[in-house]
Amino acid sequence: MTGPSRQSPSRAVAIAVPLLIFAALALLPLAAGFGPKSYILSLGARVMIFAIAAISLDLILGYGGMVSFGHAAFLGIGGYAAGMLIDGGRGDMLIALPVAMLASAIFAAATGYVSIRTKGVAFIMITLAFAQMIYFFANTLSAYGGSDGMTLYARSTLAGMPLLKGETAFYYVVLALLLAAFLACRSLVASPFGRALSAIRQNPARMAAMGYDVDRIRLVAYTLSGTLCGVAGFLLANQAEFVSPSYMAWQRSGELIAMVVLGGMGTLHGALLGAVAFLALEEILADLTPYWRLVFGPLLILVVLAGRGGLVGLLDRRRG
Amino acid sequence: MSTTLLVVQVLNGLQLGILLFLIAAGLTLVFGVMDFVNLAHGVQYMLGAYLAVLFWRLTGSFAAAIPLTLLAAFAIGLFLELAIFRRLYARDHLDQVLATFGLILILNDGVKALFGSAPLSLPIPDALSGSVRIMDGLVYPFYRLVLIAAGLAVAAGLALLVSRTRAGMLVRAGASDAPMVSALGVDIGRLFSLVFALGAMLAAFAGAMAAPLLSVESGMGDNLLVLAFVVIVIGGIGSIRGAFIASLIVGLVDTLGRSFATDLLKLALSPSAANQAGPAIASMAIYILMAAILFVRPAGLFPLSRTA
Repeated sequence: MTGPSRQSPSRAVAIAVPLLIFAALALLPLAAGFGPKSYILSLGARVMIFAIAAISLDLILGYGGMVSFGHAAFLGIGGYAAGMLIDGGRGDMLIALPVAMLASAIFAAATGYVSIRTKGVAFIMITLAFAQMIYFFANTLSAYGGSDGMTLYARSTLAGMPLLKGETAFYYVVLALLLAAFLACRSLVASPFGRALSAIRQNPARMAAMGYDVDRIRLVAYTLSGTLCGVAGFLLANQAEFVSPSYMAWQRSGELIAMVVLGGMGTLHGALLGAVAFLALEEILADLTPYWRLVFGPLLILVVLAGRGGLVGLLDRRRG
Repeated sequence: MSTTLLVVQVLNGLQLGILLFLIAAGLTLVFGVMDFVNLAHGVQYMLGAYLAVLFWRLTGSFAAAIPLTLLAAFAIGLFLELAIFRRLYARDHLDQVLATFGLILILNDGVKALFGSAPLSLPIPDALSGSVRIMDGLVYPFYRLVLIAAGLAVAAGLALLVSRTRAGMLVRAGASDAPMVSALGVDIGRLFSLVFALGAMLAAFAGAMAAPLLSVESGMGDNLLVLAFVVIVIGGIGSIRGAFIASLIVGLVDTLGRSFATDLLKLALSPSAANQAGPAIASMAIYILMAAILFVRPAGLFPLSRTA
């Protein structure tokens, strides 16, 4: 594993950035009343769902140094779990969300067990190949729409109540889950487990010599990350009321990596900021030209060539 | 499961394997020699197909379009190496993944902007059209046989180039220990450029040869790229021989799996269950194979010995 380095996050930025983002997100529905409300709310929910996915990826990418190029698989697994359960009449969030998480956890543990044995480039390609495997598998699910995907006839209920139906209520449910995910990851990376994970990224041989079970810590982190991303998948299917194999396309995995690095990896709030920036940029550019990737692609290359740190790094440098 | 069908599917599998090899060969060299993850290799295959259509339109001749495509692809490969990739060799794999991902976005949308988003097609040249009777009740398109033969010829040429020439020796030496080769006075930068451009040219050759059989469209290289990754992981990163054998394995397993998995399962399962499970298992077969091989041999079938 070539441990991607991370700059030490400035404390003030680490507190101010998430605080500002969450405050803005909490107030957005009020401001949305002045504009095209349902458009703003659904875009906002989408941004937050991808933020959950990006945070989960940052856990293994930024802290664990594992360049997973198959993270979109968990979006699809969570999404399909939601879709299949709603289709079978068991779509209540109290059932469907744990099932989505469990399915993601099982897939993460099984593929992680094989992937973690490999190092460096091979790890990138194996995670990519496993995601591709489940992508093609979803294409053959003819009972659930095959390659066309499936339309959900309703959103999940919450303890029997249709809480997710209205855009505003759905928005706040997503916000609550994002906040919970963010805080959970924050305490995880500060815990002894999180410290060990970071240390393994920096020097796996030394950690092994000190008696840590390096592969097991990596596998647990990988599984937790996949499970959290499954939550994002569950929400994404509910938000779009549609799920298809394209959730798991490998380009989607690339976009998730781009979000984390764009925002600044190994900080969690960087992933948050990256998801917001990525989707906002996509929305603005796509509005200007159908070939928005012609602008976004060079931007990505420039960000990489200019050096690590992302948006959070910029904020840090500006302060000091 | 008749013999005729089996022979046809084996030929189709070989054809996929050959295309994969042409793509994977460049990819594995770039990996092996430069330790560089090039996601943009798949779009170089796509560029080859588009260039072939472009030159065919300009010259009206398939025979002229192919060498022009190869030249142009070589030039584009050199340009990309000098302009972008060269700056990424010293970076870690994550930076390489992201920058080349950016390049995919640019080229995929770029061809749409230039050629339109509707798929293009390239007719099979008259001299190579028609079918050949291979055995009783089995006729096979001539062009597909030509493609297999051309691919095998390129593979043989590449093997000679790598194992018998001075440039090939340097490439192999570079794959084992680049700093040492550089210390012995070889201009490693120039070697990298040439290897890179050669890889781009091989991928473009695959694209150009496949263009008459497929629809030429944006994103056509994306899924093949992932298959090429599977090939080089199975074969062992940096090994041309590994890439060749793994390409044929992947091509054959994928093609034969898709046509025979359902029939085979019917021996053990009820027909309806077999119809459900067959396609699912077939679509996952090569990935399961890859996982199994890696589980036994994490470095692939033919790992390079490294001194690093």
